[in-house]
Amino acid sequence: MTTPAIELRGISKAFGPVQANKDISIRVMPGTIHGIIGENGAGKSTLMSILYGFYKADAGEIFINGKKTEIPDSQHAIAAGIGMVFQHFKLVENFTVLENVVLGAEDGAMLRPSLAKARSQLKQLAEEYELNVDPDAVIEEIGVGMQQRVEILKALYRQADILILDEPTGVLTPAEADQLFRILGRLKEEGKTIILITHKLREIMEITDTVSVMRRGEMTATVKTQDTSPPELAELMVGRKVLLQVDKVPAKPGAMVLEVKNLNVTDSGGVHRVKDVSFTIRAGEILGIAGVAGNGQSELLEVLGGYEFGKGEVLINGQSIDLTGRHSNGQTRRERGIAHVPEDRQREGLIMDFMAWENIAFGYHHDPKYQKNRLFMDNAAIRDDTADKMQRFDVRPPNPMLQAKSFSGGNQQKIVVAREIERNPDLLLVGQPTRGVDIGAIEFIHKQIVALRDQGKAILLVSVELDEIMSLSDRIAVMFDGKIMGERLPEKTNVKELGLLMAGVAGEAA
Amino acid sequence: MDLLTLLQVLDSTVRMATPLLLACLAGLFSERAGIFDIGLEGKMLAAAFLAAAIASVTGSAWIGLVAGIGASLVLAIVHGLASITFRGNQLISGVAINFFAAGITVVVAQSWFGQGGRTPQLSDGARFQSITLPFAESLSGVPLLGPIYKELISGHSILVYMAMLIVPLTWWVLYRTRFGLRLRAVGENPAAVDTAGISVVRLRYSAVLICGVLCGIAGAQLATAEPAAGFIKDMTAGRGYIALAALIFAKWRPWYALMACLLFGFLQALELRPDLITNVIGIKVQGQLLSALPYIMTVVILAGFVGKAIPPRAGGEPYVKER
Repeated sequence: MTTPAIELRGISKAFGPVQANKDISIRVMPGTIHGIIGENGAGKSTLMSILYGFYKADAGEIFINGKKTEIPDSQHAIAAGIGMVFQHFKLVENFTVLENVVLGAEDGAMLRPSLAKARSQLKQLAEEYELNVDPDAVIEEIGVGMQQRVEILKALYRQADILILDEPTGVLTPAEADQLFRILGRLKEEGKTIILITHKLREIMEITDTVSVMRRGEMTATVKTQDTSPPELAELMVGRKVLLQVDKVPAKPGAMVLEVKNLNVTDSGGVHRVKDVSFTIRAGEILGIAGVAGNGQSELLEVLGGYEFGKGEVLINGQSIDLTGRHSNGQTRRERGIAHVPEDRQREGLIMDFMAWENIAFGYHHDPKYQKNRLFMDNAAIRDDTADKMQRFDVRPPNPMLQAKSFSGGNQQKIVVAREIERNPDLLLVGQPTRGVDIGAIEFIHKQIVALRDQGKAILLVSVELDEIMSLSDRIAVMFDGKIMGERLPEKTNVKELGLLMAGVAGEAA
Repeated sequence: MDLLTLLQVLDSTVRMATPLLLACLAGLFSERAGIFDIGLEGKMLAAAFLAAAIASVTGSAWIGLVAGIGASLVLAIVHGLASITFRGNQLISGVAINFFAAGITVVVAQSWFGQGGRTPQLSDGARFQSITLPFAESLSGVPLLGPIYKELISGHSILVYMAMLIVPLTWWVLYRTRFGLRLRAVGENPAAVDTAGISVVRLRYSAVLICGVLCGIAGAQLATAEPAAGFIKDMTAGRGYIALAALIFAKWRPWYALMACLLFGFLQALELRPDLITNVIGIKVQGQLLSALPYIMTVVILAGFVGKAIPPRAGGEPYVKER
């Protein structure tokens, strides 16, 4: 039997009271692609950060190619032939590609010879692995797909034999992801060992040889990919059976709720973010907006939610709303029946240091049932209301007195969703409802959104997760570079077609 | 205004600009590494005092310089401990250093020398004297170039020439060496440096220590280089803050720092000769306006009127590995 490229034995790590990794053992065979899958907070990234020397394990041993190795810091990891591509890239934004590759791997005190050597090496690597990057491009001026290649090049330049990728496809279009997988396949052919951390079942099935499943800090199973199936993996991840497909009856669209006509948005930096966008949503209908992050979807939500100005016309139930003036704010939007689950719950949806009951009152603090008299709010009433909402939305722990930051991502999101949905809005704006949310909570939130639709409400869903858009939407619009590239019906399109639209390749006229 | 007067003003411009320049480059090293330092003022002041005190006791300007650098380094280490090791607030640490230095220098000076918070007048051997460059006298007859050489270029203390040489040196270190690459990287994205296997803490301490050395030289220049002859209370008079303004004005780049400091030095030199301004433009300009000008110009720069000044992105933030 061959020696494993990596073997971890009994790794444990705690952050304060949270046990992120519990007695984890894993073997990764050389020349394979090994997937590690698990929900958010299952401890995947922590485990890999320990392997890369970014965190120190409380207990356990690491063996590289059969040899016991201490990895107290990243330098030792690099020396042991391990390279890591983090979820959030570790690049110096105003440096060139070349400088980023060289940083930390210089040959001597002078820079020039190192840069010259790296330049020729990069050329060689580019040919070998189809990793073409302009060495003189500045990081902040190239796209995320390119930046990711720079991270891979950094690892290869340091002669890494073992490459760890943490959620590499989160920021990529489907086409870019395919390209990444081709590169990974190439690296595998060259004998490199690859560890792929992800929460996307599709990626695991598509590219890995072996897959390990983590749940709540523990390794629950390691299986050959060909011997397993997505439902089985999902069950292993969550610990119970999960519905991967959202159950919903066909939509029964009613009266027109939202009409957007020729909407334009220019941000504070003068960049034209939303370009002549028009669409409609009827009661009892979910319109999904797909697109790679940063193509104007966020600004669209912000204008409709009332905290960015726009030009054009927006009608709610046939009445136009103010887009630029004194009456363009979140408060007036709520009065017109618009509720908003913002994209970034930690920055826009909640105040992390405030308690759950305070967060539940935000935006709706004028509600008469929250007032004791003209001067004072009835905090007890808000707390009772919060406890009630937490119960119904299965927020754990159901304690209104806890700070927002002490809940997990999924439970934070449930608090926001509970606040907005319970107001019985005519139109619900939802941005990235399940970003950083575990599978169990995703299932719950999706059910709530569909239930609201079935009550005859209009829903605008913005998400970068194509699977989510495909399974929830009644109609799908794709945004690219601020424009709507086209509208499709989910049952009459596929990931490939949407992916092309997301990349700006126009299909036949919509 | 004749050539000689102009040269005199420019001559004092160079002299006034020197401590600004040294402090500005000190700040440049520190801030490029991501450690904001408003304690330049305090470090300079402490260095000025100890340099003058030791020079007056030993009679040697050089021993005074070393002592001044030592004083500045101690405060730099305090700032490093507070902001790197203990991940404290860098602004508060800097302010504390400024207050501490303003108080301690006067108290120690009074109990040591009993002259009301001053050091004794330094004799000629105990201070850095002006150096007359070779041929200054013999070339003074050459039209234009002669006087420029004699009045402007020649006749400064060794510290002035050192400061001018540190500008290209800083540029070279920053852009041509491994250390410089890492230093710039750690001020932009310490996580990138950490994951590349380099110690963020060690890099940042090196930057803070370099900052201490340069502030020390700046302080010594203020108190022990001709025409100065000793330490007086609060003698830095806000130069540390002007240096910070110059740093922003210079967009954290060494050559621009030289330009900015010469400009601000020129304004300070004009302040000494109010009669000249009245002569040239015919209006009497308040000295206060001149002293406020560096700050006004910096605000204009910060408001983005003249290109954008983008500070190092990780500046002011202690580095904590994210969870």
